Amino acid sequence: MIRLEHVTRIHNEGRPNAVVAVNDVSLEIPKERVTVLRGPSGSGKTTLLTLIGCLARPTQGRIWLDDELISALPERFMTEVRRRTFGFIFQRFNLIRGLSALENVMLPAYPTGESHAALKARAAALLERFGLKARMHEKSELLSGGEAQRVAIARALINDPAWIIADEPTASLDTALVDQFIEEMRALKKAGKSIIITSHDPRIWQADVVDRIVTMQDGHILSVEDVSARERAEEKEQNA
Amino acid sequence: MRRWLSRQAHLIDFTLGALLRRKGRNLMMLAVYTLIIFMLASVTFLGSALRFEAKAALNYAPEVTVQNLIMGRHALSPPDWVKKLSRIRGARNIHGRLWGYFYDQAVGANYTLMVPPPRARDLAVNLGEVIIGHAIADLRKVRQGGYLFLLSPSGKLFKLKVIRILPEDSALLSADLVLISETDYRAFFNLTPEDGYTDIALTVRNSNEIPTVVNKITRILPTARVITREDILRTYENVFSWREGIVLAMLATALVAFAIFAFDKASGLSAEERREIGILKAVGWETSDVIAMKLWEGGLISAFAFIFGAAAAYAHVFLFDASLLAPVLKGWAVLYPDFSLTPVVDRLQLITLAFITIIPFTIATLVPVWKAAITDPDIVMR
Amino acid sequence: MRRVTVAMLMLGFGLAALGLESMHARFSEARHDAARAETARLVRDLGLTDLALFTEARYVRHISQADLFTPFQDAPVSFEHFPSGTLVAPPAHLGRHAGALSARPIERNSP
Repeated sequence: MIRLEHVTRIHNEGRPNAVVAVNDVSLEIPKERVTVLRGPSGSGKTTLLTLIGCLARPTQGRIWLDDELISALPERFMTEVRRRTFGFIFQRFNLIRGLSALENVMLPAYPTGESHAALKARAAALLERFGLKARMHEKSELLSGGEAQRVAIARALINDPAWIIADEPTASLDTALVDQFIEEMRALKKAGKSIIITSHDPRIWQADVVDRIVTMQDGHILSVEDVSARERAEEKEQNA
Repeated sequence: MRRWLSRQAHLIDFTLGALLRRKGRNLMMLAVYTLIIFMLASVTFLGSALRFEAKAALNYAPEVTVQNLIMGRHALSPPDWVKKLSRIRGARNIHGRLWGYFYDQAVGANYTLMVPPPRARDLAVNLGEVIIGHAIADLRKVRQGGYLFLLSPSGKLFKLKVIRILPEDSALLSADLVLISETDYRAFFNLTPEDGYTDIALTVRNSNEIPTVVNKITRILPTARVITREDILRTYENVFSWREGIVLAMLATALVAFAIFAFDKASGLSAEERREIGILKAVGWETSDVIAMKLWEGGLISAFAFIFGAAAAYAHVFLFDASLLAPVLKGWAVLYPDFSLTPVVDRLQLITLAFITIIPFTIATLVPVWKAAITDPDIVMR
Repeated sequence: MRRVTVAMLMLGFGLAALGLESMHARFSEARHDAARAETARLVRDLGLTDLALFTEARYVRHISQADLFTPFQDAPVSFEHFPSGTLVAPPAHLGRHAGALSARPIERNSP
């Protein structure tokens, strides 16, 4: 579980262009569930995601990962936690140009110093699982949208993280790819991963794989909705 | 250790992959960098080899040479100077030397005409005979046993039998020498014995006594100018030193080239590269990994350029006799010694070269990355 | 093959070339020693004072013998016969002001 206590993040603090991106947010994100952060652009959802993912530090407040206070860790340990705990899927996937699909997947494990052969085998196995065996040596910029998406997911999984963090993963994707993404998330959830997604894409929040929707606006949380409960309630109603 | 190595290998893999994205541009840059090091190293090698040869050979130059100066100009030394100098205790082998220049109109080259001193028994020439340097033999296409025709300044034609050609191995010092007998020499230049000598050479057995001998000479012959072997050696210490024109110009060019590289690097950290560093940090690279990766980039490029530049420069100077620099050395001269140099490499100069090339380049690669690498990785999400 | 392997092989090749060259330097020493001995004998016998590198002007052919005013032929205290003149400094014993680029202080021992 990830717990946020009165978390505030101010960009450009102390300067005239200071912006309060996240304002006094307290939130609990359950394990092994799919949580969606929803809101218009500028609502602070992406900033909140960077705070959860240890990409940035809160200006105020605390963030706990299980029993570990991760918001106060020194940079080195924060990187360590990030590598160990979180797998990232970025908007437009952010694969590195010029490197093959395989190398892109291996990338997050480079600093661990794992032997090349072992790492390559693991990355190849992951890509095979996503049906990309034949495309593994292709340069990342030559992959199709769907292939790039799957490579991005494989890259997020290479260090076997407990948490998957996805930032607007379906922006600029067609419906077929959105469906594919949702199926991948379902498989990951089944495998025991905890997933956090920011999205203003209705196709995501309406997906039945989502357990909880957090709606944000102007850096505040407007509502926290337990969708699985809602569905169960709806199901009960229908059954009755 | 194994983990460290494996990690560094991964970082190198990554940085090379990133470099290969702009293959043309980066290979071009590497080629220019290698070429700069090749040129600087060639000049360095050639310079130190020439200085070495000069030092080795001129260590045997006469300890003291005495010149007569008239109105500030080098003039003939009167014959009685030899007698006067022979009174100096410690001075030996005092002999008047005859040497001068001759412009050969037939080929447009300058020769150094010289009378071999009496003690050079191997090089004794009789009337009508000549010993010539290797370059002259090549230029005039004469062989041992053939004849060399020279038209003296006064218009007399001299037919001289070539009894020997000086070995090519000594060409660096003897390429343009024409050794003839004293009688021929005086006839050639219209000099009478009363005119004296070009200058006077003498040896001093005990080198500690040289300053004393020089003092005595200046007392006896106040108008004379004395050149010691020490002076000669010191003069050649500066040949091809980095302060001299061409070398300095090349150095300056190289430094400007580096400045351009550095500027390109410093300002060349595009939004894309910045974002890429953000991605790397986001997926779990530490700042130190990013820095190490970029250090490898600068280090590998520099090491490659330096190793290949230096290796090529060695081959150029010592295997191909500095053929690319020959036009510079030749200058306007028609006659040019065909020499091969002893491969001596001045380590200190090589290390200096490494320092002034590798370190600035690596730092130039690193500085902008340092700035990017310490920023928060959340840049990727913005 | 991995890029790092290719790069290291290339660097290794370069280093091997440097190694071979240093061996070349060592082994050609003997040949050059003989040549140098011969040259040294010639220098001693003839009393040579200068390298025959530049034959186009007397003050670069016999740098060490150039008189104090030789340079005045064209410009004061400079060996201007480009490019040879840029490769040599005026003779050390011409004094400390000979050649603006020669920063090394020089004692005069000519009158």
